[in-house]
Amino acid sequence: MATRLLRREQFQQLLELLTGQGYRCVGPRVRDGAVVFDELTAVDQLPAGMVDEQAPGRYRLRDSGSPRWFEWATGPQAIKPLTFAPRETLWRAQRDGEGTITFTTPDRQAARVAVIGVRGCDLAALALQDQHFLGGIHPDLAYRARREALFIVAVHCARSAATCFCVSTGDGPAAQQGYDLVLGELEDRFTLAAGSDSGARVLDELVAALGLPAADPSDEAAVTAQVERAAASQSRALPGRDLRAGLAANLDHPQWDDVAARCLACGNCTSVCPTCFCHREADVPELAGAASDHQREWDSCFSGDHGYIAGWNIRQQPRYRYQQWLTHKLGAWHDQYGRSGCVGCGRCIAWCPTGIDITAEAALLGVAPAAEAGDG
Amino acid sequence: MAETAFAAQLPVPARVVARRQETAAIFTLDLEFTDPTQRAAYRFDAGQFNMLYLFGVGEVPISIVSDPAEPQRLGHTIRAVGRVTRGLAALAQDDLIGIRGPFGRGWPTARLSAEQDVVLVLGGLGCAPVVGMVEYLLRRRLFRNLSIVQGVKHSDDLIWRDRFDRWGAEPRVTVRLAADRAGPSWPGHIGLVTELIGDLPFEPARTLGMMCGPEGMMRAASKVLMQGGVAPANLYLSIERNMQCAVGLCGHCQFGARFCCHDGPVFAYPEVAPWFGRKGY
Repeated sequence: MATRLLRREQFQQLLELLTGQGYRCVGPRVRDGAVVFDELTAVDQLPAGMVDEQAPGRYRLRDSGSPRWFEWATGPQAIKPLTFAPRETLWRAQRDGEGTITFTTPDRQAARVAVIGVRGCDLAALALQDQHFLGGIHPDLAYRARREALFIVAVHCARSAATCFCVSTGDGPAAQQGYDLVLGELEDRFTLAAGSDSGARVLDELVAALGLPAADPSDEAAVTAQVERAAASQSRALPGRDLRAGLAANLDHPQWDDVAARCLACGNCTSVCPTCFCHREADVPELAGAASDHQREWDSCFSGDHGYIAGWNIRQQPRYRYQQWLTHKLGAWHDQYGRSGCVGCGRCIAWCPTGIDITAEAALLGVAPAAEAGDG
Repeated sequence: MAETAFAAQLPVPARVVARRQETAAIFTLDLEFTDPTQRAAYRFDAGQFNMLYLFGVGEVPISIVSDPAEPQRLGHTIRAVGRVTRGLAALAQDDLIGIRGPFGRGWPTARLSAEQDVVLVLGGLGCAPVVGMVEYLLRRRLFRNLSIVQGVKHSDDLIWRDRFDRWGAEPRVTVRLAADRAGPSWPGHIGLVTELIGDLPFEPARTLGMMCGPEGMMRAASKVLMQGGVAPANLYLSIERNMQCAVGLCGHCQFGARFCCHDGPVFAYPEVAPWFGRKGY
């Protein structure tokens, strides 16, 4: 179906249609001075006019007075928690009076969730998380249940934050893949197109209910033009899509010590990263002692015990933790998942308490020293 | 890889059928699944590992040291060093635990034949995964010459002295021991294991090397073997990293681009060469 036009005052109908189909709607809302994904029941909950001013170690919201709901670029958290739960029980062990142990898996039914306002970078990150959790020999059943229950309404970015560098990773500002519906936001209206069969069915119903007209070519051109402006405004970039050779050549570079002197090993970068997948497993026994939940929760390669084995730690010093993070994210991901693990969202830059900028570090550590000039 | 009927993400109850104390801190548990159907279905390859679950405490990855030809009774040799392993050390016969597994890629058993020489280099207390392999090789006589070198920091650290004696008495088997420091009546070499490799009976072009122990030792031994003419692709290393999920998801066991839990724990040297010996990986 061709791209349609949805007037701003009709947007509520989209939420109601999705709710009527059994989806819990989740979308951007302002909470604690940031745009976060949360329960969304009415359009007046959307962050009208809010723009995010981001810089290394800095994130502030400002009301621009615009009627737009998607002028912000990235909140502190992508949609990762909707599929990769921050904490969940993998299985439960129960022990009876005789000492017999039984193991049970929790109910893996997942509630249907429709998430509104997903960006190109976050879709690229979701595709990587899908590869990690579903693409191996042991697909993760809890992740799969939530993933299959997810309906995604993406939005093409009309504005980049100063920390955005998705152009250099190839993941934005336009939403490119993996959505059910995609929006382009203009002043009083949206372009709306389907990207999947289930998205097309929702769009069909919306067209039937509201008689949405086909989008005018000038509206589509306006959406494209603002995406291009957002792209052109980006001042940060990674020095290439594949930095494996440079990173491998620079493992002894003094810059690792320089960045380690600024790194607090707090793990903020990995907490806000939409592709980081590390998690720890731990038992949480009930006080009565008859049952114990085996849980997993997000972990970070910056955690003190991430590299612990039988009495020693492979990465005692933060230098080696930062090195693990950067050489994995920008290097080993290529071998593991066929591309870099960075989607250019810039969250790790804004939410680093000391303002470490991955693009600045990669410019030094990801580029091999210039080869000696030869005679040929 | 051995097929398994078990859910990789849910343990199966198992009983301690025997417990042996090997040294003050090292013990062996023989385990069997309580359910006969699961016991009959379970298979594993030499060098694979199980996740052993202690009720209410947690899981640890432990390699299976018993023979894959007898998968109904699973031997695990464990050093009591952390929260879970100290708890496992307190178990007695007939106590119940949970097992997930088997996981990972073990030793290159498909490459073994009676035509090649095998050099096994073991270091410190981490030699349990190779001990299973020695028994495997001896039972099947899958070697022309088999050399076993074991290094320890101090002669008192040597476990399974009787096994080394028994192995050394077998035809075409050479056993050499080395200790950095030794007490009285130490029959072996004083110094590094690598100093013993040059005199072993192996023909480099038809040799498989297998190693387990501290990475510094494995690195030095690999270097000596490669300098002696053994191809890097014929050297196998058992790599230990933090493992929590065992199914390639939790991220802790990464060694460069490799996930030790399913790409390893046994790697051919070229697979890990870019990171082997690099601090922080």
